[in-house]
Amino acid sequence: MTEQTLSPNDILIKAEALRGTLSTGFRDEIVKSLYSEAEMIAKRAVKTVLNKKYDFDQKIDRLVTSPIVGLPIMLILLTIIIWLTVSGANVASAAIANALFAIGDWGRALFNSVGFIPWWVTGFIWDGIYLGLAWVISVMLPPMAIFFPAFTFMEDLGYLPRVAFNLDWLFKKTGAHGKQSLTMAMGFGCNAAGVIATRIIDSPRERLIAILTNNFVPCNGRFPTLIMLATVFVAAAFPPALTSFIAAGTVVGVVLIGVGFTFLASWVLSKTILKGEASAFTLELPPYRRPNFSRILYTSIIDRTIFVLWRAMQTAAPAGAIIWILANIHTGDSNLARAISDWLNPFGLLLGLDGVILLAYIIAIPANEIVVPTMMMVYMGTGMMVNGPGTSAGIFDLLVNGNGWTMLTAVNLMLFALLHNPCATTIMTIYKETKSLKWATVSVVMTLGTAFLVTFTTASITRLLGWV
Amino acid sequence: MTDKKLTLPTEHCEECPAFYNLEQMGIKVGNFDRVVALAGNPNTGKSTVFNALTGLKQHTGNWPGKTVTRAEGGYQFNGVRYKLVDLPGTYSLLSASQDEEVARDFILFGQPDCTVVVTDATALERNLNLVMQVMEITDRVVVAINLMDEAKRKGLEVDARSLSRDLGIPAVPITARTGEGIRTLLATIADLISGDIVTKPLRVGGTPEFQRAVNELAPMIEATAPGIPNARWLAIRLLDGDSKVQQALVSGDLAQLVQRQSQADMQFSKKMSVEGRQ
Repeated sequence: MTEQTLSPNDILIKAEALRGTLSTGFRDEIVKSLYSEAEMIAKRAVKTVLNKKYDFDQKIDRLVTSPIVGLPIMLILLTIIIWLTVSGANVASAAIANALFAIGDWGRALFNSVGFIPWWVTGFIWDGIYLGLAWVISVMLPPMAIFFPAFTFMEDLGYLPRVAFNLDWLFKKTGAHGKQSLTMAMGFGCNAAGVIATRIIDSPRERLIAILTNNFVPCNGRFPTLIMLATVFVAAAFPPALTSFIAAGTVVGVVLIGVGFTFLASWVLSKTILKGEASAFTLELPPYRRPNFSRILYTSIIDRTIFVLWRAMQTAAPAGAIIWILANIHTGDSNLARAISDWLNPFGLLLGLDGVILLAYIIAIPANEIVVPTMMMVYMGTGMMVNGPGTSAGIFDLLVNGNGWTMLTAVNLMLFALLHNPCATTIMTIYKETKSLKWATVSVVMTLGTAFLVTFTTASITRLLGWV
Repeated sequence: MTDKKLTLPTEHCEECPAFYNLEQMGIKVGNFDRVVALAGNPNTGKSTVFNALTGLKQHTGNWPGKTVTRAEGGYQFNGVRYKLVDLPGTYSLLSASQDEEVARDFILFGQPDCTVVVTDATALERNLNLVMQVMEITDRVVVAINLMDEAKRKGLEVDARSLSRDLGIPAVPITARTGEGIRTLLATIADLISGDIVTKPLRVGGTPEFQRAVNELAPMIEATAPGIPNARWLAIRLLDGDSKVQQALVSGDLAQLVQRQSQADMQFSKKMSVEGRQ
């Protein structure tokens, strides 16, 4: 045989010909002998010295993956984690806010006392950039510093695969892959990470469903918003002793709504543009392992909390600057920030929100988890000062008495934060993972459309019923 | 549950990196002499081994599928600099999901100087399937029997020597979480690469006709795509009628695949995984 002029096609033809000389199913036989060989070798190498058939792990597993109590246990664990986050973050957030705002006052006073610094430099730095950073840190840092370690603890323990086991049948019913519960769980940490985690799903159709719906679970950047609104509004209507429980219950409710939308969207997708049946898969339930605390702290505090916070700060500083500038460019007897938010107001009201919220949403597009801190700045920057800015009472006063918020505004903002489009990083990640502009666009249109539709519906219904 | 120490005669200082000339080099892997790949079934502790050797903080989690991208780090052992590549877990080299493809492509075409298959001591039989598949494509394999502490707790005794003898490659018992056995693993990797350890991997041959067909086809593949590693594996895949491999061969993607393995994984993913932001 002359091998100088071999082309790939020659090889294929040759392979075809050679295959004819082999008995059918030759490969199966090889695989079979591989398996039996492995079995023999393992038998020779492994000796069972103690027969501990019914070990502790199995007993726990029978409980946490039981068809009856498995789901309730999951809910209870989720509630406990969120309750810890809410009750711990409340105190810390107020303390941090007070400290940071005091530093802001001090800095402003210092700049004023120097004399030759123009008012707009002082304002731009302390009422713009610094205020943006102060809000973001005080609202976001405490919840993340509690939630992330708790989440990482459950992850290291080995609970995540059990969650997947419990939710498998639900995902299957919606035509999605059971491993989507794992990627969904990762989404609680960060949606971009959740999108990358979908690589474990081998069917392209089901992987796309997992990618497109990941944003319906609130990431850690958005949790603080939900926690703040739940504490300030929903829980404020109850006696102080119950505050943290009501707030935690509300956040759990919002999370469940998000999970509900995940199922709904998965189902709709698998019945329309991503038609198909759910594929089968195997997932090991690993043994429970004792988490390594120093690593949990490192992973959750340094890698996750600081990383997310730093990213938020990078957007918050320019956002603060923009808001300050908008608030200080005067048009007639108003300013530009007011003018824009007034212009957006009719549309905002239609959704049960208001113009300021939409303006904040637009300014915060690069990292839309900072919508609420941005919004607070717009309210304050447009002339509404606030007493005790870090406390629930102070925020309540600013929003309700100063800006006409109702319960509907708070609830709809929570829904909007839950459902709106992914942040810029997540959209980029979706584009990179799908290598398709189309699917990246679909992810934005689908979520934003859902957010508008849902908030519009709730606003219309409550108004129709005369509740607000 | 009793937390007794393993019966292996180890001193505490042996678990300390400073003792055995290990220098963790983190992500400074610009200049390296050797490439070592970490493969294995999902959730066997590859990333824990990776962290122990490189000093990096690649995220680990107790669930199969935690690592989905390739992470790279470096370490120096007895003066030789190694680049260590942490791969996503995979049950088989024939798998299809994207994370498993990352692992398979690197083992096949990344041309590591040594592939360490990290196995779970408590589920050795299932883990051996991948070990034997990797042995089918390269001689330079070391089996790391990880999670020895868990096996002990479950009342299992694993005889590394018997395993090593049967497989024809070195088998090292380790507990990556505590660092036990890591020194032996490092020495074994070094000796295998230097040629001081010669392996004789067990190969499940198949019928003589099959062997003949592979031996005829493999040189042809080497002739069309010079420098391609694992022509043998490709030949087997072609005989099997694997349409993906057929396509890759015709379109010339194979050569590209080989080239791509020497580059870093997608920049963004690398950032997510190496700096541990999953």
